[in-house]
Amino acid sequence: MIRELSSLFEYQFFTNALAAAVIANISCGIIGSYIVAKRMVFISGGITHASFGGIGIAYFLGLNPVLGAAVFSVLSALGIEWVSGKSNVREDSAIGILWSLGMAIGIIFTFLTPGYAPNLMSYLFGSILTVSKTDLWLIGALAVVLIIIFTRFYHLILFIAYDEEYARSHKAPVNTVKYILISLIAIAIVLNIRLVGIILVISFLTIPQSTANIFTKRFSRIIFLSIFFGIVGSTGGLLISYFYNIPSGATIIFVFVVIFGIAKLFKASQVKLSLKRQMKRL
Amino acid sequence: MSNSPIVSLKGVNAGYADEVVINDVNLDVFPSDFIGVIGPNGGGKTTLIKVILGLIKPISGEINWNKADGILHIGYLPQTNFNDKYFPISVKEVVFSGLMSKKNFIVGYKKKDEEKIHKVLELMGIPHLAHKNIGELSGGQMQRVLLCRAIISEPGLLILDEPNTFVDNSFERDLYDLLKELNKEMAILMVSHDVGTITSYVKTIACVNQYLHYHKSNVITQSQLDSYNCPIQLITHGKIPHTVLGDHNHNHSHD
Ligand SMILES: Nc1ncnc2c1ncn2[C@@H]1O[C@H](COP(=O)(O)OP(=O)(O)OP(=O)(O)O)[C@@H](O)[C@H]1O
Ligand SMILES: [Mg+2]
Repeated sequence: MIRELSSLFEYQFFTNALAAAVIANISCGIIGSYIVAKRMVFISGGITHASFGGIGIAYFLGLNPVLGAAVFSVLSALGIEWVSGKSNVREDSAIGILWSLGMAIGIIFTFLTPGYAPNLMSYLFGSILTVSKTDLWLIGALAVVLIIIFTRFYHLILFIAYDEEYARSHKAPVNTVKYILISLIAIAIVLNIRLVGIILVISFLTIPQSTANIFTKRFSRIIFLSIFFGIVGSTGGLLISYFYNIPSGATIIFVFVVIFGIAKLFKASQVKLSLKRQMKRL
Repeated sequence: MSNSPIVSLKGVNAGYADEVVINDVNLDVFPSDFIGVIGPNGGGKTTLIKVILGLIKPISGEINWNKADGILHIGYLPQTNFNDKYFPISVKEVVFSGLMSKKNFIVGYKKKDEEKIHKVLELMGIPHLAHKNIGELSGGQMQRVLLCRAIISEPGLLILDEPNTFVDNSFERDLYDLLKELNKEMAILMVSHDVGTITSYVKTIACVNQYLHYHKSNVITQSQLDSYNCPIQLITHGKIPHTVLGDHNHNHSHD
């Protein structure tokens, strides 16, 4: 077993996958904590599925699908942010429309494409085991950008996210910050679609963060803890998927949920224990 | 103190979408003012405040903010707090956000800021809550935290939209005394429905009901209120000496 494990790390594809998982979890830990704190999970789902339209059109035109997805998802993200600023539009309905429109466009255009996109499946379910050097550079660049932005503007981001109106009354650049962040969400989603696919990408942005949220209510700690849980879960998932020969993306997410469940149980037992102690003292 | 207004509104009309809520408002706020804003529900008090904060642009008319030395800081306590109660932010961080300004958006805590935060928390009697998450606070505690946020920057103008909604009455009295103290350093504009109580603390009264009538004294009579088209009853709970309510009409409120 140990020998098998160490020989595993001699495979380029496996070390690449592992590197991708670690780097991806850094950016997902950061931007995902923002998504969870601001309750933007549904918005993120909308952006994810809208990007499928971009993939379909890119296939049809013979362009790079990741580029198509990026353009589509950033535009739809900016659109959602713009709509949510208008008080006369119901944001969740607008997202629902965009969500299905993106999928519809994607399906129509891939269908119209001769030769019918054979690796379309890899966009739906991801393929972390086939990540390229370019993919690694891209997700690495995103992680660096996010680390810089969130360390330099941590408080500004936090204050605007918590109380937009108050931030406006202090003349903070609320709109600029919001548009930049939603674009970063869109880019993070697109780059991670390569790894775990459209259907599962939202889990990278929410499950480790929710697990972290069980242990701390402090934004900065949620970020660090979710990176930790994300890396542990992805590594575990990759190993299990390799040994049992099952799809890696799905296995990683399964491990995420198991860790979440264990964390919940652990926290509940701790709370019970401290309550018991308090009762005894009375 | 200087004699030019720090905020001045001239013929301001403002509202939402297609609805004009306040009409032809003229108001000058001077550095040492303590203005009590009264008026019926839906009269436009909160709207007026948002115009002064720059959150709502006037449909027509003019508003100017001045300060001799740089930009005017305004501290603000909102009437209702619709923010997510489970948002991951601590009391200390919320209070710190009051120091955010055009010149100062990106830095972290400095030692000086830590001291300021501690000082205002002490002033509001909640230093023990500093490291709590906002989700763990009661309504009144949250109100005090938001008061800390409003005053921490030592603003030139402090705007309070019904500061007494959640706090208990012993703290309410402390709060008004504190405001009186703060008024030596800053202008205050305070909305309240507790007309009786505020008249003994404020210097002037603004009645807002679509129009604004500025009453340059803290003594007001029921007939004056009626002439301002401001349907408010003066006698509240007999908490305050009737003399501040004016000479003739204070005991007619029941008719
Ligand atoms: N966001 C909004 N969109 C549309 N109309 C609004 C909005 N906020 C307030 N109004 C309307 O503007 C009018 C004035 O509201 P405002 O909140 O200024 O009243 P107020 O004097 O503060 O009342 P209260 O004493 O209840 O706090 C009301 O008729 C209200 O319906
Ligand atoms: Mg109001």
